[in-house]
Amino acid sequence: MSDHRDEAARDDGPAGDAVAGYAAGATTPTEDFGASALSSEGDRAEHTGRAGHTGDAGRTAVTPADTADAARLVSFGLHPKLLPARDAEYAELLRRYRDEPAFARLADAVATGLGLVVLEVSTRAGMALAADEESVFAVRMGDYSRRATADSADRFLHGLAHLAVAAMAFPRPEDLADDGYIGRITVNGVDGFVRQACRRLEERAEEAGENADPVTGAPGLEAAWRVYARRSATGATKDARRLAGSTTGIIGKAVAFLVDSGFLQRTGDDAGGTYRTTPRYQLQVRDMAGSAAMSELLELGVVSVSDGTASLLPPGEGEAEIAGDAALPFHS
Amino acid sequence: MSVVTEHAPPIIQSPAPGPAADEGLARRLRALACTAPLHDLDVRKANLAGEYSTYAMAEVALSAIDVVTLQMDFDTGADHEDVVARLLPRIAAQAPGRPGAEHERVARWVLENLVNVGSVDRGFRAVYGTFGPDGAYVRRDYDFKLIEEVPGPGGSVYLRTTDEAVNVLVGALDTDVTSAQIAAEVKLEVLISRGRLADAQLAAEQARYRTVQYAETLRRTLEATRRDVRAVDWLRTVPDMISEALEHVADRYRHENAILTNIRRARDEAASERGPDHKRRAAELVDIVKDCIRRHTQLQSRLLAAGPLFRAEQDRQAFAPPAARAGLDLYGQLLAPLLPLPLEQAGRVTDAFFARGAGLRTPGAVRVGDLIDLLLTPPAPREHLGAEMPEPDLIATPDDSRFSEEQLERAMELLDLPADAPRRLSGLLAEARRQDPELPYLVSLLAVHAASPPVGTAYRQGEQRLLFAVDDGEELDDPEFGGADLIVGTALLDAEGMASDRSEVA
Repeated sequence: MSDHRDEAARDDGPAGDAVAGYAAGATTPTEDFGASALSSEGDRAEHTGRAGHTGDAGRTAVTPADTADAARLVSFGLHPKLLPARDAEYAELLRRYRDEPAFARLADAVATGLGLVVLEVSTRAGMALAADEESVFAVRMGDYSRRATADSADRFLHGLAHLAVAAMAFPRPEDLADDGYIGRITVNGVDGFVRQACRRLEERAEEAGENADPVTGAPGLEAAWRVYARRSATGATKDARRLAGSTTGIIGKAVAFLVDSGFLQRTGDDAGGTYRTTPRYQLQVRDMAGSAAMSELLELGVVSVSDGTASLLPPGEGEAEIAGDAALPFHS
Repeated sequence: MSVVTEHAPPIIQSPAPGPAADEGLARRLRALACTAPLHDLDVRKANLAGEYSTYAMAEVALSAIDVVTLQMDFDTGADHEDVVARLLPRIAAQAPGRPGAEHERVARWVLENLVNVGSVDRGFRAVYGTFGPDGAYVRRDYDFKLIEEVPGPGGSVYLRTTDEAVNVLVGALDTDVTSAQIAAEVKLEVLISRGRLADAQLAAEQARYRTVQYAETLRRTLEATRRDVRAVDWLRTVPDMISEALEHVADRYRHENAILTNIRRARDEAASERGPDHKRRAAELVDIVKDCIRRHTQLQSRLLAAGPLFRAEQDRQAFAPPAARAGLDLYGQLLAPLLPLPLEQAGRVTDAFFARGAGLRTPGAVRVGDLIDLLLTPPAPREHLGAEMPEPDLIATPDDSRFSEEQLERAMELLDLPADAPRRLSGLLAEARRQDPELPYLVSLLAVHAASPPVGTAYRQGEQRLLFAVDDGEELDDPEFGGADLIVGTALLDAEGMASDRSEVA
């Protein structure tokens, strides 16, 4: 606490000096993070040297109050729809995370202990957390969709829906890398572009002239696109809801789930529902999901090289028209 | 051309005769004359008692006009002493070694000469020549003032710059001669004032394009900043550009408003003199210039927002922790290669994506005590039926039918004639009248309808019989109705035969 405390003392005059001199347990009218020594010291440090850093705080003992604050921050992060801008306490804890390395380490440790990965801590995303695979917070496919456990095709389609939503939301590599980018998707648009990709594969198979019909009795060997192409896009139901097993139903379930995860925000009802992405979704896709799926694909021996340009292109001549309000292929 | 002052002979030579019939030349000559008194000051300073050659009199004069113009408001003008006081620093800077009294004398001398205190009407006169309508060369006098004295409240006298001084010495001289936009603007003004609206419209459209270009440049810069702060030089280039652009907006705004006033006048005058086409063109010009003004206002608000935007972007970009730049092409590198794979393999990839990409869920932690309460709570009534519909408040509409059901029944009974015994309408009417005085109306209505029976429809619907009415020329003799005494009968239809015919044809 040497040089920094001196600075505090200088800046604050006699009162500050008193705090600095008898730091432990001194109750000072600082901001209100409990009356612990570290809190008051930390706050004091912020008052005096916000631009500087507070490395000295790390040497102070961590108190239960700090741990409680750190855990509180993590619990805020577990409410993915909560925005720091709407909650003063959340914003204050985020500020503390940013300004106090010791507090940041504490919060990180709490998160890690709970089986969480800290993706980013910022005012835009809040405390963005992702669940470890083994964590109690992780979502399992079986919980997500009961049918998916029994049927490998359904399991694939549910996973593909999530991947397709992400691909539509971040169509170019730079969109995924650009922190300011906000993706926009519609349920029908996602279905449309996956179907378009399937159609191209079908045409290619026809051109090759080979019999591409799947072998009976070996569903695992069927080409993945056939599973999607075969599934109806939508279907009538008695209660006018989306047919759960249809591709738009599966995509609709995916986006609804992502909305609950704080990854998407609903913006309208057009084209089966329109949504825009949140910063958290970008982080999650970029830092977690994308790389995990990529390494899985590499293990399968599929290597695709990207030259950095977008490969999701508008449909060519004679294909379905692009809906006008989307920046990228949007089939309504 | 010559300027006559009390102090000095004219210094500007008379213009040589030439094709100067154009009014534009006369206007420019008048404008040029307005600058003459300023040049005159520097010429005449030698005549002053004492050594005054170090002072740049034209500079002081222009500065004086600026000071007066800036201090003017709508009611009063600038105070004489105040103007002198404001001029002193500049004069003192020109000759720092001289006494303050001399500086003040220079200030007063310049101001007096701008008012032209010595002349009778306290103004200036220039002579210039034009060609008259008959081709004859005519010399004309142009009287003008630069600074005039106006009575202020309480009997005091204030100084005001005249329109001439403002237009020429404040406005017109303040011109960036290399600026393409200003040139376009001047051209526009000239064209408008000479009534050549077709050209003026073209120029105005060009001016608008240039305005849009300015906005576009700024937008691009801001866009680039939003993407990457370092791509744009925010230390010098952009701040300079923004301040320049702000000045530009202020300038253009003034000009365009002036033009607008001009065109409006041209438009209103044009109506009487030149016909509707001219008026329409002027009206279009007004729209274009209005659009320019709107764009400039927009540009200005963007410019004012540029600074905060830069700071916000700098915070966001420069101080954000460097994110792992994945550069992953989700479609090209993941989705597209995945689709042709066998389902079993593709499923592994999508599983991996789902496991990491679906987000997290906080598991519910239930205490046994709560659980019991939960289980014993009677289920809340399900609301799958939606909100209860309010009982519709029905208002019985009055039955305004002309005939009742009962009447229709009786009329149909009456018209239910055997197929081999058609009847005259007159007889039917008489019979109906015996039952009900209203009934004949209904019967006659049905009979008239039957005059053109829908045979085809009846066949298609498989009707067995059809009511028909035929006019055989007999006049109807009835107290209430006129027209033909129709023969009303029933035709039997062979629906089955028709149906089989139809199927054979088909």
